[in-house]
Amino acid sequence: MANISINKKLFEKEIGKLDEKMQNKVAMFGTTVESVSDTDFEINVNPNRPDLLSYQGFKRSFLSFLGKQKGLKEYKVNKPEKDYSVIIDSSVKNIRPYTACAIVRGLKFDDEKIKEIIDVQEKLHFTVGRKRKKLAIGIYPLEKIKLPITFKALEPDKIKFIPLESDREMSGLQILQRHPTGREYAHLLAGKSKFPIFVDAENNVLSMPPIINSQKTGKITEETTDVFVECSGFDFSVLQKCLNMIVTILADMGGKIYQMELKEGGKKKITPDLTPEKMKLNIQNANSLLGLNLNEKQVKEFIEKMGHNYNKGIVEIPSWRTDMLHEVDLIEDIAIAYGYENFIPEIPEISTVGKESGKEIIKRKIAEILTGLNILETSSYHLTSKSDQFKKMSMPEENAVEIEASKTDYTILRKDLSHYLMKILSENVDSEYPQKIFETGKVFSNYKETESLALAVAPANFTEVRQILEYLSRMLNVEIKITEPESKIPNYFIEGRTAEIFLMNGLREDKKEKSIGFLGEIHPKILKNWKIKMPVSLFEISLEEIFRKLE
Amino acid sequence: MDEKLIESLSPNERKILPYLKENIDEICRQSKLDKTSVLRALEYLENKKLITLSKERKKTVELGVNGALYRKKELPERRLLNLLNEKRILKLDEAQRQSGLSTEEFKASIGALKKKALIEIKNEKLVLTGSGDEISRKTLEELFIEMLPMEYHLLSPEQLYSLKSLEKRKDIVQIREEELISINITKLGEEIIKSNRGVGDLIEGVTPKLLERESAWRGKKFRRYDVTSPLPSINGGKRHFVNQATDYMRKIWTQMGFQEMSGDIMQSSFWVFDALFTAQDHPVREMQDTFFINKKVELSDRKIVKAVKEAHEKGIGGSKGWGYEWSEEEAKKLVLRTHTTALSAHTLANLDKKNIPAKFFAVGKCFRNETVDWSHGFEFNQTEGIVVAPNLNFRNLLGYLQEFFRKMGFEKVRFRPSYFAYTEPSVEIDVWHPEKKIWFELGGAGILRPEVVIPLFGENITVLAWGPGDRTVMDYYGIKNYREMYENNLNKLRKIKFWTK
Repeated sequence: MANISINKKLFEKEIGKLDEKMQNKVAMFGTTVESVSDTDFEINVNPNRPDLLSYQGFKRSFLSFLGKQKGLKEYKVNKPEKDYSVIIDSSVKNIRPYTACAIVRGLKFDDEKIKEIIDVQEKLHFTVGRKRKKLAIGIYPLEKIKLPITFKALEPDKIKFIPLESDREMSGLQILQRHPTGREYAHLLAGKSKFPIFVDAENNVLSMPPIINSQKTGKITEETTDVFVECSGFDFSVLQKCLNMIVTILADMGGKIYQMELKEGGKKKITPDLTPEKMKLNIQNANSLLGLNLNEKQVKEFIEKMGHNYNKGIVEIPSWRTDMLHEVDLIEDIAIAYGYENFIPEIPEISTVGKESGKEIIKRKIAEILTGLNILETSSYHLTSKSDQFKKMSMPEENAVEIEASKTDYTILRKDLSHYLMKILSENVDSEYPQKIFETGKVFSNYKETESLALAVAPANFTEVRQILEYLSRMLNVEIKITEPESKIPNYFIEGRTAEIFLMNGLREDKKEKSIGFLGEIHPKILKNWKIKMPVSLFEISLEEIFRKLE
Repeated sequence: MDEKLIESLSPNERKILPYLKENIDEICRQSKLDKTSVLRALEYLENKKLITLSKERKKTVELGVNGALYRKKELPERRLLNLLNEKRILKLDEAQRQSGLSTEEFKASIGALKKKALIEIKNEKLVLTGSGDEISRKTLEELFIEMLPMEYHLLSPEQLYSLKSLEKRKDIVQIREEELISINITKLGEEIIKSNRGVGDLIEGVTPKLLERESAWRGKKFRRYDVTSPLPSINGGKRHFVNQATDYMRKIWTQMGFQEMSGDIMQSSFWVFDALFTAQDHPVREMQDTFFINKKVELSDRKIVKAVKEAHEKGIGGSKGWGYEWSEEEAKKLVLRTHTTALSAHTLANLDKKNIPAKFFAVGKCFRNETVDWSHGFEFNQTEGIVVAPNLNFRNLLGYLQEFFRKMGFEKVRFRPSYFAYTEPSVEIDVWHPEKKIWFELGGAGILRPEVVIPLFGENITVLAWGPGDRTVMDYYGIKNYREMYENNLNKLRKIKFWTK
């Protein structure tokens, strides 16, 4: 999601007073007011509406929503003049295959407008452009450029120009290595033998997309009146939409849109194309999905409020809208125009029977039994650190599920709950004793997840914790067997004071008991690792077999 | 006369009552109670306004271990002086040997005598220089030691001077501080003392022994308790507060006829994103946002995979789709679920058409690759509901939402337009916070897009879906910092109130 900042004075002059009622209108348009200062306010734009990422784009749509404009806003698009063309060289084919271009003339830039244009360019790079990966936009002062323009790819060391915010000529490679913007986006050209560039008729480099423009030919100033606009990238239809967003913003600022001819081999394309897209709308579908009873006149009114045209079941959608994939998208626009606040909520009469998950019921019963013994339930993160899970518990780093690129020290999924209980005891040594805690939840090993129960008491010996476990098994009516360990005990227990826990006659074919965990006294070396100065006894059992037995 | 008051006196209080005019030591002796019991009983009597206690801190100068010894055997410097008075001149080592002083005492004595100009050291020899009168006169320190113990505030300037110089030496003097308690009997106290004599034995407690014989208690009075006196608090076992809240949500859902869904936290990208029409280049599918696990899982349901691919690439059920080449490899990547909607996707895929209408819910942990700060962390609880039936509409969605949040305690709910890749229309739910007087964003909802429903369910049907996060829980418990949710501070867990909805 992206926020845009709007000048309050400008808004109040061109749209209306920004009082509480208006702020509510802005929210009900789907663009919540996030913050208001003395001079500006910020609105939040949802990712499906990149066309609202500039003041001009927002104003155009919002005025319709308020009913101050009606239907699809028309823009005059002038045919290409002489040399208004871009030659697309075949060398870009496997590097950056597409571009969509336009010229806009007769602009009067001031500080505010230049800022808005740079701002929307950046926001579109970030959103629709997926941080320039999918698409990049360039806007150039026409007075510095000799038409026609060529889009081609060259070996990086053959590319030489002064990039923006620099005073020296650099090669393509040097820009990626030395220029701050070059370094930030270098990964987008990594591994390419040739870099794409736009050059003018005198072979001056305009830019090296998606990295940077030329300082000489790629910077708009207050003197600029005519501009060349290009979008380059990998999806021609998205480039066209994006170009349409930019040229209509420039047109709203007072410019005249001119098309350009794109020549690729023998083929020719003309951009921009502001022809509205047509989509069918069935009024019955709209009414049934929204629970309303609108007639065609009302539907037309609402559709037009959202900046479209409506004519006999056909909607004309602005060429800069990217979010109209299906009729339901039109229906949502109708809902917004109708006003979310005007819908009367109504629970339908659908009779179904509620049901909880059996596992959750058993977990709750276990919690009731244990809290009845004055034991506190804790709740820990599913992620944990290797140090807590392995080092402090003196366990080998095995079978852990690692997560990639974690922003914290929590880099694996917990393998057990026991180490978390030890961590809790360790963090609460100043709290009153005895400390009795338990937790149920998922544990992860070998890319499998299972439900587990762990319980720890400090101070306590083997007997006390065994009594708790035996009480629990009696109350759940599941038979367990506590035996000398048959498999290797976890390193954190004291040898000779650890038992293995078996569930009797699990619902297994062979009727054999199944090991579900261990119970024992924690070894002093582990207590030392955790800085615990009390004896601790603990058990942890897998709940999966118990679920199977009880469900 | 306040009879109840008399009856409320504990045995110890009654025992000391007759001796309140004495000092504390005397009270202990007379009542045969130890000092701690007497002091405690006095405090209780003060609480009951029978007496007032005035406390005063007193500093006393006393002899230390060495001081007591020196009073008997004379100070080391006196002993050295006496020796010199006899011998006049002595070699240093000779002097120490003959005086019988330790090295420490010897050094201190020389220092003290030199300061008073009674001796000199010449060529490793001690020479007596003081006159007979000076030698025989007792020093200030000696006089002071004889006077001890003394109250600190009564010391004269000379005595203070002596104290200062003796304090520097080991264990000769020490200052003891004590609290002197004096008892003043109030008018009420006087009356009670007088009438106390008339009260017979009170029963202290109901014990098995007392119950043996009826005559032991029949017609007798029990010692009254101070039923209002403050007590140390006790704590019980209890469920974690977040689990109390999620259990309540389960209750709301089941009351409304919803069936619980459960499932894995580790899910393929397919179920978390692709099946929910989230394009493969969507930023949420980057490691920056989502926890990926370095593993790919096979996608078994080929029919659904094929339909999802079609929905993304060219659209399904009248949609244009996203128009890109969908990669199955990308969909195989294992992630930690970012929302419980992944469970809804599984449920829709497994739902038999015969079982419609159907309502499902889930409550569960979800994950985002984030740092932890006051407002959020990498884990959060989400609760999710879906309603599957033909001919449901947007108003029905709002109806369920309004009811759910009412049950969560929010009377005023606002719906506004929003965006999610898998719903259309989409709605954001705000609730009105009556104390803070702000709208408070609680989560998203919508009607699942045909591009989601058709591949999973096989045909289009309206599916209402919503999934608010755990801000309601934080708000209910007044928790301002997200970190407190899972910090497991036992003191706080013991004190936190129950979820009482």
